[in-house]
Amino acid sequence: MSRVITVAITGMNALPESPGPGLAVARCLREQYGDRVRIIGLGYDALDPGLYLSAFCDASHLIAYPLHGSDVLLERLSLIHQADPIDVLIPCLDAELPLMVLLAPRLAAIGIRTFLPTAEQLTRRAKDQLPELCELAEVHCPELRALTHPSFFHTCHSEGWEYPMVVKGVFYDAKVVYNAEEATTAFYKVAAEWGLPVLAQRFVAGEEYNLTAVGDGAGKLLGEVMMKKRALTSKGKAWAGISTLDENLSAAAGRLVAALNWRGPLEVEVMRDAQGEYHLIEINPRFPAWIYLSQGVGRNLPALLLELALGHPAPEFPPAVAGTFFVRYALETIVPLSTFENLMMAGTLDFEKQEGGRETREGMHPRPLLGKR
Amino acid sequence: MNGQAVEFPKQALLTRLALSDSGFVFDPVTGNSFTVNTSGLSILRLLQKTEDWTDIIATLQADFEVSYSVAERDVLEFATALRSAFK
Repeated sequence: MSRVITVAITGMNALPESPGPGLAVARCLREQYGDRVRIIGLGYDALDPGLYLSAFCDASHLIAYPLHGSDVLLERLSLIHQADPIDVLIPCLDAELPLMVLLAPRLAAIGIRTFLPTAEQLTRRAKDQLPELCELAEVHCPELRALTHPSFFHTCHSEGWEYPMVVKGVFYDAKVVYNAEEATTAFYKVAAEWGLPVLAQRFVAGEEYNLTAVGDGAGKLLGEVMMKKRALTSKGKAWAGISTLDENLSAAAGRLVAALNWRGPLEVEVMRDAQGEYHLIEINPRFPAWIYLSQGVGRNLPALLLELALGHPAPEFPPAVAGTFFVRYALETIVPLSTFENLMMAGTLDFEKQEGGRETREGMHPRPLLGKR
Repeated sequence: MNGQAVEFPKQALLTRLALSDSGFVFDPVTGNSFTVNTSGLSILRLLQKTEDWTDIIATLQADFEVSYSVAERDVLEFATALRSAFK
């Protein structure tokens, strides 16, 4: 990139139990491009930690929650864009994706590029659509049932279903349940938070694996990175993990991306059974919070996405490697009261103008995208 | 051995393991890791080259200066541990 590119990134929430991916995406870009990228953190809450981390963000802004609708979100993004022109927007949260996909042409019209799936692609990878997709891609998938009433949990035996099974929300949340009472409780909890239908999924015994990559929009899977969780948070998110390498998983993800013609980042979650077969659990339409591992294995996927969004060719990555380990930690950042006040009252931070300025970026030297590490 | 064959996990699975001199063993496909002692490491290294347990026992006898029966017992015990680790 010959000039400084401004990238806006959402998902700057970072609660240890279930962090958003935004901060890790920003970190990947900062380590790849150094000061050749200007990063704008976008958050929904003044307590989103990533918004205060000037080592990764040059400026931060609050935006409207997706429930306020596309017009409100577009108006806010346009205002930010007028003051601080955005070249590329990388949304990182599942719940905002439908809105961002809808807005993509209008964002492009004002000069904000994205690299996102189409609305149809997004729908076809929704949890309740997975069996159909898996049949096309020849990937195993546990049977799913979309429910609007919990009575199913008392009659499921007559339909060949057994406990344990998994009760899931359409967007988030999954709970393994062992009897009808637990299932009914989980049904109402999920329905209250994420609405109907609630999904019941057959339980697959095995170990969970995750794969992240970018789809080029023409059926090709780019830069896949696989990971096995080695320690979990209370929400089942990775607290530690290790890169793995299995051509069978890579091939299965490749068939899913080809079946969808997927465009943009994705995370494929699978269970590996005792026979080594993979069963698709879900496809998330964004980078995962553990995306920094991609930088760790020399396949910086946020940088790849940025290049594609800018219309550049996809950089060539070194072969994937297994055995790169990561472990997370939580730490505090000290924030002057005036900074907190600015974000609370004006919804905006610019670290060049803030008391205390920016944190040091020592050690974050730009790296050649294709360089061996 | 009383004519019984020793049952190890499939050789393709054992061949892919990354073995460190420290006894740290990593499976790149599953991401699982475990540790083995010196004789376990020797057996794993041998298993990556051969499936013939009589060769393995003979090599252990020579390397560790132990009797046939001790080497045989170690191989049997280790085979059980491996099957359990990879079931």
